[in-house]
Amino acid sequence: MTAVTALREVSAATSPAAPAAPRLRIEDVRLEYTTRQGKTVLAIDDISLDVPDNQFAVIVGPSGCGKSSLLYLVAGLNEPTSGRILLGNEEVDGPGPDRGMVFQSYTLFPWLTVRENVEFGLKRRKVPAAERDEIVNRYLNETGLAAFHDAYPKQLSGGMMQRVAIARALANDPKILLMDEPFGALDSQTRNSMQKLLLRVWEQHKKTVLFVTHDIDEAILLADRIYVMTARPGRLKEEVVVDIPRPRALDMVMDPEFIAVKRHILELLKNEIKDDEH
Amino acid sequence: MRRVPARFETGDARMARKRSLVDLCLTPKAEIPTGLRFAVSTLVWLAVIGTWSVATYGGFMQEIFLPSPTAVIAAFFRLFEDGTLGQHIWASVQVVVVGFVISSVIAVPLGLLMGTFRVVQAGLEPLVNFIRYLPVTSFVPLFILWIGIGIEQRIMVIFFGTFFQQLVMIADVSRGVQKDLINASYTLGATRRDAVLHVLTPAAMPGVLDTLRVTMGWAWTYLVVAELVAASSGLGYISMKAMRGFQVDVIFLAIAVIGLLGLLTDLVFRLLRMRLVAWAN
Repeated sequence: MTAVTALREVSAATSPAAPAAPRLRIEDVRLEYTTRQGKTVLAIDDISLDVPDNQFAVIVGPSGCGKSSLLYLVAGLNEPTSGRILLGNEEVDGPGPDRGMVFQSYTLFPWLTVRENVEFGLKRRKVPAAERDEIVNRYLNETGLAAFHDAYPKQLSGGMMQRVAIARALANDPKILLMDEPFGALDSQTRNSMQKLLLRVWEQHKKTVLFVTHDIDEAILLADRIYVMTARPGRLKEEVVVDIPRPRALDMVMDPEFIAVKRHILELLKNEIKDDEH
Repeated sequence: MRRVPARFETGDARMARKRSLVDLCLTPKAEIPTGLRFAVSTLVWLAVIGTWSVATYGGFMQEIFLPSPTAVIAAFFRLFEDGTLGQHIWASVQVVVVGFVISSVIAVPLGLLMGTFRVVQAGLEPLVNFIRYLPVTSFVPLFILWIGIGIEQRIMVIFFGTFFQQLVMIADVSRGVQKDLINASYTLGATRRDAVLHVLTPAAMPGVLDTLRVTMGWAWTYLVVAELVAASSGLGYISMKAMRGFQVDVIFLAIAVIGLLGLLTDLVFRLLRMRLVAWAN
């Protein structure tokens, strides 16, 4: 069972000597929100985690465990009730182009063509036109969108739209890429081809990624490390390092290593659902 | 080679062959052939004009209450040739367009702000919702007292009738813009100003144009109200004058012209929407 390394239980919070300076540090983050009825609900309960540089980190957990909320906190689209989030040495304070995000819902700007969508961030940041064109072309090619650069989002399939969303986020050259169940709404074949595409693009850029999913196969296929969360209130249950060699391929889901990791995570989540029942 | 069993034929293909037109017509939401659709539309028009013709030419209705189709057409040529029709159409169009444009120019940006910023909403919504339900007609005497019976008074009626409705509808449109669209722009480096100008405004455009199209229709309604009460020109005015002279044909003509003008403005807005926000079609 070499593929699975349960790094630590959350209780043993001291991390071993980190291989690289952590790019993303989430420190004792807690999120409460008030419902319309005035009830206070605890969504995230003191989560701390470090994502080292250039790692593909995936958060899995039962639905409603606050994994998406955590991603919104990192994006700066919401504020934690307490605790802080650091990217490099800077504390996250509001959203910014250094944290690109791909959303679960389709968030392409429908009045802009594929090219103009990818260009959006560069324009806001006042990148000169010539440089802009070059960057946009590069990412359109990498995501296989070159032939569709003049199409409007309405004319694209769900998979194509998420490709544009990935290209759009990457064009800004963010320090970290946040992905909130980006393939959740796609059919399984499209989802597989998107996973392949994401793996290929990631191998090229080795950008730090924080990816949320409830699909365990997807998590193992993509991840260097997986953060398993508990049911609400979301706590970090275990950090699982996935040692399966790269480049990864879709048929690895049949490998014994892969299955071992999967069994381990399923076990963790099964307990979670049981915990939830009483 | 084995034949594919019949049960694997798709249901639709089998139905298309078997089902009669009657069956199609009775199925909820089923498409009917274009020819049939066209025929039915024409038939209804013919039925209306036919009934009208029978009632008038057949002598069932008195000419002074219900004019015959030829009488209305004759009235059209009479008023068209002496120039009065053109003059009154122009007077009405002026009032509607000026009132509608002034209203829209203020309501579109203000409505967008109202749907975007909770503080603007909190400030304006209670007041606007109160005024919105006041019948415009009840203000006409007040407007006459304040600004007389000139064109300004009629413009004011159009403005008052459309502005508050537009404001509420456009605020709704802007509230309906997907929040994650704005969130996405923030994660791409947009400022709040960028988000309003480059995301919220274009995203709201199709809804704004739809609102303008619908409220333009209402503007025509208020026009007649304004012209019936106090005016010396316009289609509502000639209608009122015709009533006093028992010229029912002219009343019919005025109604028909207003209907056609309404249809025309509707068409213009449809074209405008297709042109300006082609991405939404």
